[in-house]
Amino acid sequence: MKPSVSPWFASPTLAASPRSARCWPLAAALVLAAAVLGTLGLGVGSTGIEPVWAMLADPIAAQIVWDIRAPRTLGAWAAGALLGLAGAVAQGLFRNPLADPFLLGSAAGASLTVALALAALGVSPFAATWIVRLGLTGAAFLGAVAAVLLTLALARGVQHTLRLLLAGVVVGMVLGALTSLVTLLVPDVLQAMQAFLLGSTGFVGWSACAIMMAVGTVCIGAAWALARVLDGLTLGEATAQSLGLPLAPLRLALVAVIALATGTAVTQTGLIAFVGLAAPHLVRTLVKVTHGWLVALASLMGGLLLMVADLLARGLVAPQEIPVGVLTAVLGGGYLLWLMHRRTG
Amino acid sequence: MRRMGWPVWALALGLVGWLGAAWAQPITVTDDRGRTVVLPAAPQRVVSILPSLTETVCELQQCQRLVGVDRYSNWPAAIQALPRVGGGIDPNVEAIVALRPDVVLAAVSSRGSERLEALGLKVVALEPKTHADMRRVMGTVARVLGLPAEDAERLWRHIDAAVSAAAQSLPPNVRRTKVYFEVNRAPYAAGASSFIGETLARLGAQNIVPAELGPFPKLNPEFVVRANPDVIMVGARNAPGMTERPGWERIRAVRERRVCVFDNDDADTIIRPGPRLGEGARLLADCLRKHVQP
Repeated sequence: MKPSVSPWFASPTLAASPRSARCWPLAAALVLAAAVLGTLGLGVGSTGIEPVWAMLADPIAAQIVWDIRAPRTLGAWAAGALLGLAGAVAQGLFRNPLADPFLLGSAAGASLTVALALAALGVSPFAATWIVRLGLTGAAFLGAVAAVLLTLALARGVQHTLRLLLAGVVVGMVLGALTSLVTLLVPDVLQAMQAFLLGSTGFVGWSACAIMMAVGTVCIGAAWALARVLDGLTLGEATAQSLGLPLAPLRLALVAVIALATGTAVTQTGLIAFVGLAAPHLVRTLVKVTHGWLVALASLMGGLLLMVADLLARGLVAPQEIPVGVLTAVLGGGYLLWLMHRRTG
Repeated sequence: MRRMGWPVWALALGLVGWLGAAWAQPITVTDDRGRTVVLPAAPQRVVSILPSLTETVCELQQCQRLVGVDRYSNWPAAIQALPRVGGGIDPNVEAIVALRPDVVLAAVSSRGSERLEALGLKVVALEPKTHADMRRVMGTVARVLGLPAEDAERLWRHIDAAVSAAAQSLPPNVRRTKVYFEVNRAPYAAGASSFIGETLARLGAQNIVPAELGPFPKLNPEFVVRANPDVIMVGARNAPGMTERPGWERIRAVRERRVCVFDNDDADTIIRPGPRLGEGARLLADCLRKHVQP
């Protein structure tokens, strides 16, 4: 079975190409851009753009910079990195350029438990205390993980990639429909749900940042270690097997990486569209790399993309906010289209 | 006609005496879509698919004319036994048609109005958004029901007096109190130009969300930290976890525990732009009285 890829997408070749020499500069550029924009971003918020040093003089404004804007900016970067990483792994694992991190049902699972939690909050004080202890974030994480496990159960394991893909689609559809049903029955949760579905980086604090950074480190390490499997898989399952790769356990490990990275990002920031799909493609249009580099660069690209989207979300119509997911789609989609046409045209 | 008892006839005839036999005259109203709806006579079978319109019909003492309501209408108790015909966003067209209503009261944004009209039903679409809208909508509903305009005016005066009474129950210091009303956890706020904002203004409190931002803006949460409100108002459904948001522990209202959490029924009363506006104002005033230093 040949990987179904469009010409410009070009599956990463195992042989080093001249362009892989551009990896280090690209990584450095992505980190530098994130650092510069992140620092500048400390001055963007509910009052529009203002100089940070002026804010640090006022205790309340200083607290806003350190306790709200700084973790929010870093959190956006971390969540974007997790999604970019999960996207790169998903596209490699499924050998499908349209694969995105939400494919295994984690987004639908998280939405359903968040909707249920929101609906239950108003029902009984008992439910409210229980949910507060667990937190909406805890509920989202449980939902994301449970949905992936459900997908795995329905696909009866990871032996068949296509079966896994279809099971993920089914789980996504069914849980999505149940979520709609919950919001219809309890319309009070409609707007809060809408905000979750479009993603928001507004409530990311230091603890959320720490969780995402820790999970991100583990996932990148694991993905890096498993990159050879992804490289092997691009040549087809039979070839990968003939290379002596124990596919089943390694695939399971890759699924775990996708689930953990996506679940963590969704839990903290809601469903942010397109970062996971676009980040690996953006990297591939710039350099031709093996998966070891791809997972790292896609993470950096995803982080930068979401950080820029977050800055625009809070700056464009301050003190109101645009849902960050809307901006990631516009930014990522627009840039990707432009790159695509520049290369083919 | 057949369901109207003679006392109601007598009452209606007495009140609209100067119009002669107005009940037999066609009723013409222009709804909030700008559409002119002609009803051959005062409707006896009414379906309402918006809670605030259900409440308005009942507060005009015409609850007995309702034959069906949407699933979100839950007040007053008299409507609990009525058939439910779906929700405003997903009305059950077949159930509504089966009830053979003389008129359907719906929100402008409600889907299905076109379909219901195509099936030969009369639909009056109304969308109360501000105090002025509420007064106008009450007038329109009274007109649709064939009631004299005076009924709606009397209801409005009653509501208005309740709001004024709530305002007068507050100490003068309320003018220095900055309030943040969170509609839901996205977070959407009730701005000064929303009807909740209008009520807060009548009560004399300051709203941290200015009118320029629109009625229900989606705020950057740091805006609230910066504005540092003295009192926060929120419904029970949206309250959990609010004080744990980054930086919010520094807000005066959170520090000094001046956060009013309204239970679901009270929150319904406050956030529905209907005839329980006076009651809602009293709930807001109760909260302010508790937290404003005399």
